[in-house]
Amino acid sequence: MASSIREYAPNDAPMKTPGIQHRTAPVFDVLATASAVFILIALVTGFAAPWISPYDSGGLQEHNLLETPSWNHWMGTDALGRDLLTRVLFGARVSLTVGMGTAFMALIIGTAYGLVSGFKGGNIDNLMMRIVDIFYGLPDMLMFILLSLLFGKSVGGLLLALGLVSWVRFARISRGQVLQAKEFVYVEGARALGASWRRILLRHILPNILAPILVTLTFSIPTAILAESTLSFIGLGINDPYSNWGTSWGTLAQDGWRAMRAYPHVIFFPAAAIVLTILAFNTLGNALRDVLDPKTR
Amino acid sequence: MARFLLKRIFHGALVLWAVATLTFVLLHVTPGGPFDRERKLPPEVVANLEAKYQLDESLPKQYLRYVTGILQGDLGPSYKYLDRGVNEIVRDTLPTSALLGVLAIAFALLVSLPVGLFAAYYRGSWIDRCLMMWASFGISMPHFILGAVLIWAFALQLGWFQAGRWDTFSSAFLPTITLGAAPAAYLSALLRSSLIEALREDFIRTARAKGIKESLVLVKHALSHSLIPVLTVMGPLTASLLAGSFVVEYVFAIPGMGRFFITAVTDRDYPLIMGVTLIYTALLVCANFIVDLFYGFIDPRIRTE
Repeated sequence: MASSIREYAPNDAPMKTPGIQHRTAPVFDVLATASAVFILIALVTGFAAPWISPYDSGGLQEHNLLETPSWNHWMGTDALGRDLLTRVLFGARVSLTVGMGTAFMALIIGTAYGLVSGFKGGNIDNLMMRIVDIFYGLPDMLMFILLSLLFGKSVGGLLLALGLVSWVRFARISRGQVLQAKEFVYVEGARALGASWRRILLRHILPNILAPILVTLTFSIPTAILAESTLSFIGLGINDPYSNWGTSWGTLAQDGWRAMRAYPHVIFFPAAAIVLTILAFNTLGNALRDVLDPKTR
Repeated sequence: MARFLLKRIFHGALVLWAVATLTFVLLHVTPGGPFDRERKLPPEVVANLEAKYQLDESLPKQYLRYVTGILQGDLGPSYKYLDRGVNEIVRDTLPTSALLGVLAIAFALLVSLPVGLFAAYYRGSWIDRCLMMWASFGISMPHFILGAVLIWAFALQLGWFQAGRWDTFSSAFLPTITLGAAPAAYLSALLRSSLIEALREDFIRTARAKGIKESLVLVKHALSHSLIPVLTVMGPLTASLLAGSFVVEYVFAIPGMGRFFITAVTDRDYPLIMGVTLIYTALLVCANFIVDLFYGFIDPRIRTE
């Protein structure tokens, strides 16, 4: 019963121009699958970095500084003789944790906020959205920096700083969706049956607005990775020498930037990791949006 | 219309006040002070410094002084640069940042208009697919990586440009591309999709039926119609340009406001941090206001609201 309602409810609006839209081109699906596989590999290797990386993460080797890629060191070594592949693998942990952690935090804060705001309506909604508007008008990069001053330069601190700024997107989207969903018949039905507003929100409205939220989530992860790596690159991001987590890709790129003139490989590999990861998430997000929300196509 | 404008102005002022207050509070609850050194300063010196910058007063008093200062257009002294205040630093560096931003927007528009038109007109073809692949690549490219790649290729390998200078026209070339690439890519994709939608509209069919030249149909009828979504993203775009500008200024060693902001954060030069944050926010608020203004002119429904 519930599933049949879900099938018809949100998508029963007629498509704008049927016929002209062709489904996603096959090339795109290949790219989307490749992106998903890449993300999966990055996640697994990042998680398993301590076990699979070829060298010790802190291992200094004075006799082979700044070596170019070879069979011994697939990505070469950095200015302290550390194996770059190891550092990139450990970096994946930091960058992906910050990226996904931020996105999930923003999702939870933003969606809860948007749900309540949209569902309550009236003056409460007005006030809540005013606050969102103010947040929306802030230059987010500056806010990241200011907040990370407050929370410190650890992984958790940056995660908190990024999450506290980026929730507004979710709030706006989920509120808009709730406003639409409130008009659906099944919500009216649930209300008529005497369901509490919490039950209506969590059981009836939330599952039906998950699709756009999921798409936003997929796009939020690369945005957070980008912000983190940028901050780390300019020296305002994660800087926690005592952490055994590893160094984020942005900090690795910063190291490579100093040696770029003579040893471009030191910046190349972390930079490639950043670009490919962001590209993969963006591609996946586009594919998801096409699948979940054919109307925007 | 007047009511709409008044509302927007009020909202902008509110944002500015919120930012001023937020930065003030943030910087005052942040652990560590501006006069923390590796080697600890003698307490008398710190006391004197704090007295000089009136940091020994109570927080509400400091806040009041700060806000009245802003209202009088005075952003206060800099702790780090003893010979000039925040006002002078902003005055010296803002034009540079603004020039870079304008160049980047011009670049983005110059690239995205033809790319969007081509991709939309030949949608589904290999041209479209190639262009859009480049666009998603451009969107995913962090500024600092693009900047590094461009410097490596065109300055270090080919020697066509000199990196780390800001004097001649050619020295602005690589920074402009670096800052403008992401907006160019984003606008291309946006223009493409809104053009595709516009090309399905009835008025395009009418224009074609009247026998108007295809190029004219595209540029005059379809393009002008699809510029509205472009206008709506101009606000967020300005925000991303602002954010990008201080990375680009850092990478290319351009003496703009963003670079001063970065050093101010590492130096804990609080008045400079607050001042630059406020200026950036003001720029963003102004950009949003101008967009709203244009929007009101283009779309009469908003005016009457």
